[in-house]
Amino acid sequence: MNAREIPTAIRNGETTAKEVLETYLEAIHNREEEIHAFNLVLEEEARNEAERIDTLTAEGENLGPLTGIPVAIKDNICTQGVPTTCSSKILDGWRPPYDATIIGRLREAGAVIVGKTNLDEFAMGASTENSAFGPTRNPLDTTRVPGGSSGGSAAAVAAGFAPLAIGSDTGGSIRQPAALCGVVGVKPTYGRVSRYGLVAFASSLDQIGPFAETVADAALLLEVISGHDPLDTTSIPEPPLDLSTALTQGVEGLRIGVIDELSGGAIEGISDDVLECLEDAVQALTSAGAIVERTSVPSTVYGLSAYYVIAPAEASSNLARYDGVRFGPRVDAKTTSEMMVATRTAGFGDEVKRRIMLGTYALSAGYYDAYYGKSQKVRTLIMNDFANAYKKYDLLLSPTAPTTAFPLGDKTEDPLQMYLQDICTISSNLAGHPAMSVPFGKGTDGLPVGIQVLASAMDEHTMFRAGAVLEASNQGKS
Amino acid sequence: MNERISRDDVAHVARLACLSLTNDELDSFTSQLADILEHAADLDALELEEIEPTAHPLPLANVLRDDEPGAVADREKFLASAPQVENNQFKVPPALGDPA
Repeated sequence: MNAREIPTAIRNGETTAKEVLETYLEAIHNREEEIHAFNLVLEEEARNEAERIDTLTAEGENLGPLTGIPVAIKDNICTQGVPTTCSSKILDGWRPPYDATIIGRLREAGAVIVGKTNLDEFAMGASTENSAFGPTRNPLDTTRVPGGSSGGSAAAVAAGFAPLAIGSDTGGSIRQPAALCGVVGVKPTYGRVSRYGLVAFASSLDQIGPFAETVADAALLLEVISGHDPLDTTSIPEPPLDLSTALTQGVEGLRIGVIDELSGGAIEGISDDVLECLEDAVQALTSAGAIVERTSVPSTVYGLSAYYVIAPAEASSNLARYDGVRFGPRVDAKTTSEMMVATRTAGFGDEVKRRIMLGTYALSAGYYDAYYGKSQKVRTLIMNDFANAYKKYDLLLSPTAPTTAFPLGDKTEDPLQMYLQDICTISSNLAGHPAMSVPFGKGTDGLPVGIQVLASAMDEHTMFRAGAVLEASNQGKS
Repeated sequence: MNERISRDDVAHVARLACLSLTNDELDSFTSQLADILEHAADLDALELEEIEPTAHPLPLANVLRDDEPGAVADREKFLASAPQVENNQFKVPPALGDPA
């Protein structure tokens, strides 16, 4: 059953929230030990919530668009009283004193929260191997990574542990794992979804978004979590999205540009089987009536370099708060400053330390202009180039990730190789634009490939039109 | 290895970031950070003199909400998260007289 069929089936008495939940809990019992999608499964809480929903539904109450749908939550999103670790030892045992805004919205809509999913520590990584609690494995091939940083959420949906999941995307952390696990993942426009209660990594880039098995289910979840929130000053003052008409509208007459630089042009390392899937996607959109052609968005080539200055710079500032004073564990020492150094040294993993130092360096006297200042200007170039492209095209297209899922351990010794996983996704974060990954075809290894649909700021509607067409065509093939 | 960042630079940055590194870590971080900064050197080729920097994707300024009284955070809950508390305050080891 698709997620969006669950609320109707419950209301019609064909099933109950409890029954739905038990199906997913059974899948978790069967395979979670092998996959490790979750840092915490909230079995008892979920059962209580499902029972509450069933009681209220029996009393005739209409609980909302997610009634009885199990949802998995990335473990960098605050849940009141429930441990939120960011897969870091430095938050071990911490229980947030408040809920993220989206948690409240999910509950109001009738969702059942099944657990907190694994991630690369503080969302820094592309394989979920940087978790202090061990890696998540790709449900389609457990010798491979699920991608990251939201690898636990992507794996949870791919393994059938939950039909919907929430992730966060700072440089591709929803879209790339979605591609590697063969599910749909969406990074909305920056500010579309409230970040209140999302543990900050790079505040000008972070955005919460949905994972789902289908484009329609991703739309359903995005509708619920989107919309203005006075608790987030960067929240866009717009009502929640309504994407219902986008799913059936088709792409007739839409102008779509394939970003040459990311599709076998300037940037090397995009594998041939991924490019073949992209060509098939172009064919599918063309057959559906879109006008698709190659186009150049030149500065996307520089996105990776700018990102790996800007994101660490913001992170070095955001992560200064983990000092053993107000929350989390503390390593005792004689003085406050020794305590802070000991706590941070013991609490952070290598990748987080690497990024904190990179960011501190890029912001330090003498290097600020050479790295941070320059990267901020490149950000302007990228925004200008996208603005030019969207004068000619309604949407842009590229692969989501350069390859299919790679083996565990493949890139852990070489951070730069790991960073290159984000090469196609990063520019959307720098520009603040929406982008989604839709499974389309398979690589030579039989693992799924994701195609990325990019849209201009606020235009999730058109993006979902193309997403739905790609999905329908992909399903027609298999 | 390149000259983008020295071992001393990394040691200095680690101090600024309140991190303590072993000698082995200093070596590996220096080489990894140098690789990343070397990749970022592709930006040197760009003509950026006339370009304005972008700090943020949204053109928002002075976002103010109405000054309406709302629920106040529960102090007990926040104090409960702290490693050490005394008299409703966060407690830390002595802050003065640091050898550093």
